[in-house]
Order: sequence, then structure tokens, then C-alpha cells
Amino acid sequence: MKDTDGYMTEDGRQIGGVLMEMKNITLRFGGVVAIQDISFDVREGEIRAIIGPNGAGKSSMLNVISGFYHPQEGEVWYKGERRPAMKPYEVARLGVARTFQNIALFEGMSVLDNVMTGRLTHMHAGIGAQALWWGTARDEEIANRRKVEEVIDFLEIQHIRKTPVGTLPYGLKKRVELARALAAQPSILLLDEPMAGMNVEEKEDMSRFILDVNDEFGTTIALIEHDMGVVMDISDRVVVMDYGKKIGDGTPEEVRSNQDVIDAYLGVAH
Amino acid sequence: MLTEIFITPFADMVAAPDFLMQVLWEGLVSGILYALIALGFVLIFRSSRIFNFAQGIMVVFAALTLVGLYAMGVPAWIAVGLTLVVMFILAVSIERIVLRPLVGQPDIILFMATIGITLFLIGLGEIIFGGENKVMITEELGIPTGDTVLEPWDGLLILQHLDITVVVVATLLVAALLAFLNYTQMGRAIRALGDDHQAALSVGISLQTVWVLVWFIAGIIALVTGIAWGARAGVSFALEVIAYKALPVLMLGGLESITGAIIGGLMIGILEKLFEIYWGQPLLGGNTETWFAFVLALVVLLFRPQGLFGERIIERV
Ligand SMILES: Nc1ncnc2c1ncn2[C@@H]1O[C@H](COP(=O)(O)OP(=O)(O)O)[C@@H](O)[C@H]1O
Ligand SMILES: [Mg+2]
Repeated sequence: MKDTDGYMTEDGRQIGGVLMEMKNITLRFGGVVAIQDISFDVREGEIRAIIGPNGAGKSSMLNVISGFYHPQEGEVWYKGERRPAMKPYEVARLGVARTFQNIALFEGMSVLDNVMTGRLTHMHAGIGAQALWWGTARDEEIANRRKVEEVIDFLEIQHIRKTPVGTLPYGLKKRVELARALAAQPSILLLDEPMAGMNVEEKEDMSRFILDVNDEFGTTIALIEHDMGVVMDISDRVVVMDYGKKIGDGTPEEVRSNQDVIDAYLGVAH
Repeated sequence: MLTEIFITPFADMVAAPDFLMQVLWEGLVSGILYALIALGFVLIFRSSRIFNFAQGIMVVFAALTLVGLYAMGVPAWIAVGLTLVVMFILAVSIERIVLRPLVGQPDIILFMATIGITLFLIGLGEIIFGGENKVMITEELGIPTGDTVLEPWDGLLILQHLDITVVVVATLLVAALLAFLNYTQMGRAIRALGDDHQAALSVGISLQTVWVLVWFIAGIIALVTGIAWGARAGVSFALEVIAYKALPVLMLGGLESITGAIIGGLMIGILEKLFEIYWGQPLLGGNTETWFAFVLALVVLLFRPQGLFGERIIERV
């Protein structure tokens, strides 16, 4: 299945070559080994899930990918090149967008302005030109607005465009955060537990949006999720982590029948 | 006594509405300058948690640079442009030399670093421009110095043209800043960084760029207030005190609220003037403007620790 040219999914989508590859990543916090010698890849156009019990190191892995954490050992390869140690905002500019496990939005700003910040990686006009609302700056602002309205329509949050984010309910905040990430038109979208704390209906909505994003824009997505049912439904391949180690990697079916994974999930007491 | 506190002042206001207008107008002129300075503080505080002790000396430094350049033979308006360049270089230097190496240090260390900046600028200003008082180049900048006399209710209202200019320019500057913050991508980046650092980084906002920008904005504000205040009081290191007037404004408005800075500034400017004229001078021998704002702010803080418009308590757990 894992040839260099990608593979065909069950539902007939063509998955491309390797977009991002983590090679032997080890991340420690003092004595705690959050990630231990983990390797895996993410392919162009695929929905890749990372699952595992609480404290397994999933969020840490996402933080390594997005430049918030810097591993002691290992390499991150992106678009065929080894990525040097970078600050998060530099990684963002390479086309990596993300959401956070504990929603990180700009609470005092409107939904529209929040999503507009997603376009900051597409900013070319100088500060002076922006201050004077000058030529390219104005054109850019208009183009950004158009893109952002598209995303807002796509995620069905038109009705709250002008609402300050701080006043929104949890489920909508999660969606606004997704909208902001999506507005960046990222090469890879990282979602840290996009459905955590949602009810069944909200989870279904979010699953649909994730699938639609992938389908409509061909966006590569790496997501962390707790709910096994959801993961099995929407992901193409799954990495399973436990205590900082990788204990499984493959299609949902392969992973489900993996004995280590079954043990980890059936709560062989931690 | 109670009559003098609760009745006489209001009776006076009603009896001479033209004089009341005069007092309100003068309060507005000071208030809008307080608001500007407070805005400079708020922008820096929101994006870096730094309470910028150096704001006052930046006012002095900008005014000194402008007057100094003119004295060296540079035409007035070119001197304004060059002073802006100097303020930009100052912003870049502060970010590079002071802020960047101190990233992640406790807030108090950063605060002390701004005291360091203050001392440095005092020294630098004295070496380059000397310590003696100077005169603001008001006329050379084309700022009108006459006055207009109005006669509302058959009374008398004198509007200094300098004050009118100050109000117009400061209002335009505040409006321009608000437009920049609300309708441009860099402006959104500044507000975003103030709301959530992590999220800001994740959308590609560079702390360094925003920091240079907010310090430069503080520099522009320093120049405008320096010209306005310097035109009335002369250019000396005493100009620094205008920045201390921003402290009660911030206590009232909250350190993080842009609206709070503007409304708080106007409120304090107007209320301190009203108090001085109608209560201070008749009952307390005058000169209440030096302390009134602080007392007002303290009283408000007793009831609302986060200030009138503060989004959060300053010290969070
Ligand atoms: N910034 C940090 N500082 C110290 N320890 C951390 C930090 N981030 C994560 N950890 C530790 O790393 C381990 C993995 O955490 P995390 O990646 O959040 O797990 P998961 O997302 O799978 O629940 C935990 O033991 C956690 O305490
Ligand atoms: Mg997590």
C-alpha cells in the first residue's frame, strides 16, 4: 500500500506522496518522556489520525509539527526538505495551520476578525501601505475578505459573523477556530481534538465539515481524536500512541485488530 | 459647608453657562492628550505585558529631537519627518536590544527594563540637546496661535487656535489609529496578540514585528503630545509629567482596553478641570489638578478593581 506515489482509498480518493515525515522524534520535559522515538508520515490529501489515551503525547506531537515544541532528537521533513528548528509563526507561514485542544481564539474580536487573522500568512503589503490603505494593501484586504467570506459560508457561521467570539457557545467556538485555520488555505491542517466536549449532533456536524474540507479543497489533515467511532469513520490512516510510544500505525481496520491497541484501549490498567 | 459643596457649584454652572463651556473645553483639550498617551500605554501593554515607564521620556525625547533638528537648520516639517524616523529607530532598537533578550522574563523585569530605557533617554537627551529649556517651534510648524472669541448666551468663550488644532489633530490621530487597528491586517495582528499569544503565533504573527510597531506608534503619539504640550509649557524634561497623567487614566480605563483609554482620558481631563474650578479653587485653595485624577481613580478602583472598562483583572492567576 505504501508506495511512493500514494494509494487509493476505499472511497476512491487518490492519496499522493509524502507531505510531512516525522523521523525518530524524541521529546522530553525534564524527566518526562512525552514522545519516544516516533516516526510516521502524512501523505498529500489524506486524513491522518493520531489516537491514544490521555497523556500519550498526542498534543505534544502536534506541537512539534507546528513548532511550539522542539524535540531533543529526530527530524521533521516537510515537502521533501528537512525543516530546521523554527518558531511557530515561521512554521505557520510555510502553510501549517492548526487548532488547539483548549480553543485558542481572540475572544475580544468578532468572528469575522478572528477568521481574518487566518489570512495573515498571506500578507504581502507593507505596514506603511496598510496604514494608508494604499493600492496593493487595499486590494489584498478585499481579496482576503472574499476568501474569508467563502470560508464562513462553507462552515455555516454567517449568522455570527459580527459576534464577539467570547460570547459564543463552545461548539461554535470550535468551528470558528477551524474557520480561522482554514482561511490560511494551509497545505496541512492540524486539529487537536476538534470534537472534544461536543454532543453527538455537534460531533456529526464537525465530522462532516472535516470530510468536506478534505474533499472540497484537497486539504491534508492530521487530527487527534478520542472518540474511536469518529476516528474509524473519517480517517484514512491512524497512528496510535501510548505512553509516548507508537504502538500502531495503519488503516482503521488494521489498527482495530492490533492487540497492543486493544490492550491500551480496553484499559489494561494505567 | 454642605451648601458650598452640593449647591453653590451647580448654581454657578447654571448662572454662567458660557464659563462652564470654557471650563469643559479646556478639560477636553487636556483630556484628549491624556487619552492619546494612555492609548500608547495600552497598545504596548496588551501586546507584551510591559507597563511602559518610558512613555513620558519618549514625549520629551521626541520634542527635544524636533526642536534640536530645527535649531540645526533643518526646515520645520522636514524635522518632523526626521523625528519620526528617529522614533522608528528607537522602536527597532528597543525591540532588538531590550525586549528580545528578555522574552519570557517576569513582567516586573520588563517593567524595570523600561525604567532603564528612561534613564538612558534622559542621559542621551541631555548629551545631544543639553539640559536647558527650549521653546517649541509652534509658529514654524504653521500652528496658528491666535484665538477666536465666541459669545454664547451673551457671554464669553475664548478658543485658542492652538487648542483647536490640538483637538483636531489628536482626534484625527485617534481615529486613524482605531481604523488601523480595526481594518488592516497588521492592526488585527496587534489586537490578536493582545488577546492570545499562542493563537497569534499559530496564525503567523511575529512578536517582534508587532512589538516594533506598537513602540513606533507610542513614538508617534509621543511626538504629537510633545508638540501640543510643548507649545503651551515649553520643551523641558518636565514634559515627562504628562505621561504620569496617563496613570490614573489607565487605572480608570483598565490597562487592556483601547476604548477605556480614550473614554478614561476624556473623563479625567474634563472632570479634573471641573473639580478644580468649581470645588478646588473656592474650597481647597486650588491646585487640585495634581492629585484629583489619582483620587478619582482610587475611588473607582475600590468599586471596580478591573477599572471601568477593563476586560480582566491586571494580576491574573
Ligand atoms: N509544556 C509541557 N511541560 C511539561 N510537560 C508537558 C508539557 N506538555 C506536555 N507535557 C507532558 O507530556 C505528556 C504528554 O502530554 P500530551 O502531549 O498533552 O498528551 P495527550 O495530548 O496525548 O493527552 C504528559 O505527561 C504531559 O504532562
Ligand atoms: Mg492532548
